[in-house]
Amino acid sequence: MESVLKVTWKRLPLSTNFAIAQAVKDSDVDVVSAYPITPQTTVVERISEFIANGELKAEMIHVESEHSAMSAAIGASAVGARTFTATAAQGLELMHELLHIASGLRLPIVMSVAARALSAPLSIWGDYSDVMNVRDTSWIIIIASTAQEAYDSVIQAYRIAEDPRVFLPVLVAYDGYAMSHTYEPVYVSEKSDAFKDYIPKNPRWYTLNPEKPITMGAMASPEWFYEFKYQQVVAMKNALDVVKEADDEYGKRYERKYGIIEEEGVEGSDITFVTYGGLYGTLKESIEELRKKGEQIGLARIRLFRPFPSEMLADIAEKAKALVVLDRAITFGVNISGPVAREIISSLYARGIERNVYSFIVGIGQRTVTEKDIIAIYEKVKEMLASHERQKESIYWGVRE
Amino acid sequence: MMAKPYFRTVYDVPREEYLAPGHGLCAGCTAGTIVKLLLKVAGPNTIVVNATGCVEVSTTPFPYTSWKVPWIHVAFENTAAVASGIESALKALKAKGMIDPAKRINIIALAGDGGTYDIGFQALSGMLERGHKVMYVLYDNEAYMNTGIQRSGGTPEYAWTTTTPVGKILKGKVQQKKPIAEIVAAHRIPYVATANPGYFADMMNKFKKGLEVEGPSFVHVLQPCTTGWKFDPRYGIVLARLATETALWINWQQEEGQFSVTVSVPRRKHVKHYFELQGRFSHLTEEDIEKIQKEVDLEVDRINKLVGRTVIGPLVE
Ligand SMILES: Cc1ncc(C[n+]2csc(CCOP(=O)(O)OP(=O)(O)O)c2C)c(N)n1
Ligand code: SF4
Ligand SMILES: [Mg+2]
Repeated sequence: MESVLKVTWKRLPLSTNFAIAQAVKDSDVDVVSAYPITPQTTVVERISEFIANGELKAEMIHVESEHSAMSAAIGASAVGARTFTATAAQGLELMHELLHIASGLRLPIVMSVAARALSAPLSIWGDYSDVMNVRDTSWIIIIASTAQEAYDSVIQAYRIAEDPRVFLPVLVAYDGYAMSHTYEPVYVSEKSDAFKDYIPKNPRWYTLNPEKPITMGAMASPEWFYEFKYQQVVAMKNALDVVKEADDEYGKRYERKYGIIEEEGVEGSDITFVTYGGLYGTLKESIEELRKKGEQIGLARIRLFRPFPSEMLADIAEKAKALVVLDRAITFGVNISGPVAREIISSLYARGIERNVYSFIVGIGQRTVTEKDIIAIYEKVKEMLASHERQKESIYWGVRE
Repeated sequence: MMAKPYFRTVYDVPREEYLAPGHGLCAGCTAGTIVKLLLKVAGPNTIVVNATGCVEVSTTPFPYTSWKVPWIHVAFENTAAVASGIESALKALKAKGMIDPAKRINIIALAGDGGTYDIGFQALSGMLERGHKVMYVLYDNEAYMNTGIQRSGGTPEYAWTTTTPVGKILKGKVQQKKPIAEIVAAHRIPYVATANPGYFADMMNKFKKGLEVEGPSFVHVLQPCTTGWKFDPRYGIVLARLATETALWINWQQEEGQFSVTVSVPRRKHVKHYFELQGRFSHLTEEDIEKIQKEVDLEVDRINKLVGRTVIGPLVE
């Protein structure tokens, strides 16, 4: 408890973008390389201000593209620097090649993503299409739902990434616009060195050092390649515990923690809603009305998309009669096209749990989701349940066909 | 007047080896010669960033490596960006006392022509504009060799490659070689040079200079490729010298804006001597060769005017 007393917090009105920048400063990052893209840009602007004012001692690399942003981050991390970058949408896609390389080289880079729809047609508005495309790159993916959580998650991300059981990069995502540009009260540390024991500067990953020369990024034949990839499988598995431990320890020290899945009322619910990001706030408010009418509704918010908390979700599913998954991205060309819905269905199958899982696509390109929508979705699911209707295809809520 | 060059004869070449033998470059590949000498100049306090390409794949088949200095390969097109990250990180770590601020670590970006003229050009330009203290070494074998001899922006006019075949209508590459070193020089960085391993001392002095300047430097090295150019493996260095003797390749440098030719050629050879040793030019007619000769003559005039005296002499054989 002694360490808790040491941190004094100040309460600031911050957008999630600014909360992220604050966390980068409080994590004593050494190198930031980034390129402007809406709705991420103010993260880097604010970090630049911190550096310009001497509040953060770091090198800012004003790269000429996101491809170079991630490349420079890889270079910086490879010599032992604590490294950060931020992007969204097209920028994240331009980095894609390097996402696999950052994780393959086992570099603990942290990146924030203000989740945004992907072109074409051009949309600068929010959804999770960009983040979901990172799924198979061996990055740990945390999705925050408040500015406060985003701040805390970036700090936790360094502890997770730099853990020798993991040594993988971490992405912290949040809703473009709905969160990136909305102000909320956020508790941030009064002093920048408050977290130095929680995330000590002690690079333990392999680095390029003339005193101990190593070769990084060699060519692997079929004799070797598979084992490298399997090591990433193991690291990802380890990450589940490490994420939990990092959050627990953060809670102990700083009295804020989130868990891997935030849940309420899932015990004995008729229907449990599952979603991620800022939509959870809307969901919570909407459900209040229904609960007043005596409906048994559970709520769950996935804070970790990779590694996917399959077992925890199976537990939640077991307690409900059915699950409704609200996805803000589409994986095209399959019947159930909500990325998280698909993960949940396979998690249940692996555990042999028979539950109806209803997949709804919502909020694509920031199509508004209101309380009315949530209530209508609920009514629709109740009908389907009553008629024992199994869902054959995701429902594209509110679309004009 | 210029100071005496540091490397003059083979006796000046350091004995220490930082590129271990046993790599898989083709027999007679001059890339090995270039890299070996590069590392001798740079010494152990060096970090190398290598683009995807022949040198990268041939020297690091896991679990083996030829590199006795720290080395990283990330991708094909981003060598300059990775090097930028390394340079900035070392600066930050020095400022924070995490590494000794007095320690000088050379950062070398090493890439082929494809990785420089074409796909890596944007990252290179960004690195130069930002002023990172990195020496970028372009080894130019004038095609995408690692993927099997496809044309690049560095492939010379008329050259056969697998994507510029010699057919009934088209005969080799149609376009000219991009003047990459001049484009780099237009970034007004402290040091730009062209070199070739046939003049090893000149090349090594340029590597040394490039590592010494405070800011980005660029050394463009011609790298005869036995497999892609189709010549007898024993002629790699002969061809490198012929390129300069014919003035198809001029060894120059630009130091703080001062242009000079470092290898003067008092008696110039006809370009045919260079072409006749290489299979990639075997389809050239006499007219083609004469046309190229005229282009070279014009270029020689331009260079002599630029320098203000005759550094490349008349055609004599
Ligand atoms: C993004 C991307 N596109 C294409 C390739 C395929 N590729 C690998 S090496 C190479 C050619 C390299 O040519 P160059 O840079 O001239 O080097 P060299 O092999 O001639 O030494 C190509 C096209 C790649 N690795 N990455
Ligand atoms: S293909 Fe050419 S450049 Fe590549 S290793 Fe062989 S000789 Fe060297
Ligand atoms: Mg090449």
